[in-house]
Amino acid sequence: MLTVKNLHAGIEEKDILKGINLEIKAGEVHAIMGPNGSGKSTLSSVIAGKEEYEVTDGDIFLNKESILEMDPEERAHEGVFLSFQYPVEIPGVTVTNFIKTAINQTRKAKGLEDMPASEMLKMIREKSELLEIDRKFLSRSLNVGFSGGEKKRNEIFQMAMLEPKLAILDETDSGLDIDALRIVANGVNKLRSEDNAVLVITHYQRLLDYIVPDVVHVLMDGKIVKTGGKELAHELEEKGYDWLKEEVNV
Amino acid sequence: MSLKDKLVSSHIVFQDSLDPDSPIYDIRGNAIKTFEAEGFPTKKDEAWKYTSLNSILKKDYNIFPTKKSSLDFKDVERYFINDIDTYNIIFVDGVFNAHLSSTTHDGIDVCTMNSALTKSKYQQVIDVYFNKIAKEESLTSLNTAYARDGAYIYIPKGKVADKPIQIIHFATGSQEAALLQPRNLIVAEENSEVQIIERHQSLSDSPTFTNSVTEVYAAKRAIVDYYKIQNDKLDASLVDTTEIEQHGESIVSVHTFSLGGNITRNNLNYYQKGERIDSILKGVTLIEGKQHVDHNTLVHHIEPNCESHQDYKGIFAESATGVFNGKVVVEKEAQKTNAYQSNNNILIDDKATINSKPQLEIFADDVRCSHGCTIGQLDESALFYLQSRGIAKKEARALLMYAFANTVLSSVKIPQLKQRITKLIAKKIGVSIGFEI
Repeated sequence: MLTVKNLHAGIEEKDILKGINLEIKAGEVHAIMGPNGSGKSTLSSVIAGKEEYEVTDGDIFLNKESILEMDPEERAHEGVFLSFQYPVEIPGVTVTNFIKTAINQTRKAKGLEDMPASEMLKMIREKSELLEIDRKFLSRSLNVGFSGGEKKRNEIFQMAMLEPKLAILDETDSGLDIDALRIVANGVNKLRSEDNAVLVITHYQRLLDYIVPDVVHVLMDGKIVKTGGKELAHELEEKGYDWLKEEVNV
Repeated sequence: MSLKDKLVSSHIVFQDSLDPDSPIYDIRGNAIKTFEAEGFPTKKDEAWKYTSLNSILKKDYNIFPTKKSSLDFKDVERYFINDIDTYNIIFVDGVFNAHLSSTTHDGIDVCTMNSALTKSKYQQVIDVYFNKIAKEESLTSLNTAYARDGAYIYIPKGKVADKPIQIIHFATGSQEAALLQPRNLIVAEENSEVQIIERHQSLSDSPTFTNSVTEVYAAKRAIVDYYKIQNDKLDASLVDTTEIEQHGESIVSVHTFSLGGNITRNNLNYYQKGERIDSILKGVTLIEGKQHVDHNTLVHHIEPNCESHQDYKGIFAESATGVFNGKVVVEKEAQKTNAYQSNNNILIDDKATINSKPQLEIFADDVRCSHGCTIGQLDESALFYLQSRGIAKKEARALLMYAFANTVLSSVKIPQLKQRITKLIAKKIGVSIGFEI
């Protein structure tokens, strides 16, 4: 599904990612953990195509096709979804209208007609139930005045509506209480299939109790320094990151 | 002959054509003298530093509305907000058009200034309110000198206008270049309410220069909502002066949507003569090409415990230029004033310009006054967020512009009007994505 090869990227001459290699297969959940400033959010932004980062070496492939030259919207049309750590507020545009616009723009890019209104409504109903979102919420302005939990739930709702091939969850657990965390994780789990893949980016192991990864990577100073199974997350939770620093000498 | 000389010398002929017993005969005579002494404003005047009328004053305007032009409703229907029932006061080349209008005298007066200035039953109102708030200066005096027609709206004590009132001034271009000088008077007596939608619309590519003056008088607890749609042709210029006097506990809002025209200058002045008054001034400017929009506002806080809220949003593309000059004066007696002013601008292209100048003159010590002015570009991280959801850059930019203007749109009280303006904005930005609200 996703192949990252020797990825070097940075911002304004500052190198942040220093040779990332990653291979995520369809049906898998990978987690990337790491201390603050290790490059986790940069990696998610670069995969999604944020322009301010410059890729200086390496490549990113989605289903064997390089996506480096694609605009963010083209990557989205190919099935990349990024759940933001800090979703942007858009006053005056309701959650429903926003998602309609996103879906129909994606369909347009694929040469399809707009989704029929009845089908859209049915889908909105199904997916909002999945994330325990009530109707009033859907008619509010996108992210305006939303609590941290509501913002994250809304991100996963959008993911559910857009049905991406690769979903990247960037610090989705930050600012969530345990109930919201459970709802969000439950939503993600229900959306998992043999045809899609999930990349969870997190500082803490907490979310990984609910979204159980197949593979855990540790990112430090722009490099993946260790890869293991889900037990690696528990080890990190117990011991912190310092022991790894010594082990890998960074 | 310069336009000024032409206007001054033609005035005698104009006066002769009217009733010398008219209550405003002398007012007109004095006004032309003021105009003669002051002339047109120039960039040397501080208030006109960034707006020059030179290019439009060179044209040879026909200054008298002569022949009656007829218009079919179907040809101009799209300029009406026609999905709601409204009273309509429609002018074509400065002349009232009864066929397109729908006026009333049932409980409230919605008719023409020409009637009000010539019929004796209105004389008392005219004596008390006409030309009382308007200033004696240059363009306003010129308007007063030639004032002949416009909207006359009188809402008696305790009455609520049962539907919004639309005032539309059409210019057909049947004259080479037209100088139009509409004059409106709106009087809302105690506990009355009225909503007004105003538009100046040229229907041809002939140059049009409109010098409009409106006086609004809101008595105690009156509520007046005034919406101005400025989306005119590229050869249509407008100086729109609105003078508002408010009394205790009244609320007057003016929303100005400046979406097109050649040179547009808005003078919007509020005078608060009572306590617990709320004055609301809002505007969205969205222009491109070489268009120019200037907002010149004044809120004069004279008495205690009043509020004013100003929110002007501007988006300027290509070589468009904008001016915001917002003055707030808080007199010594006006303690506990809350005055807010914000002017936020987005410059889309390198050649676009905005001159923003907040001016606060505060003589009271127990007040809360704030002003903020920003000039920037569209938020890149917000753009990325939308793009990452599959929304193409152009549409994403449009959504952000719409969201930016939304604080102004959101307080429009007539849903159909809000819908219409939203559509106008979407069309201007060049997108067709659903912006239902």
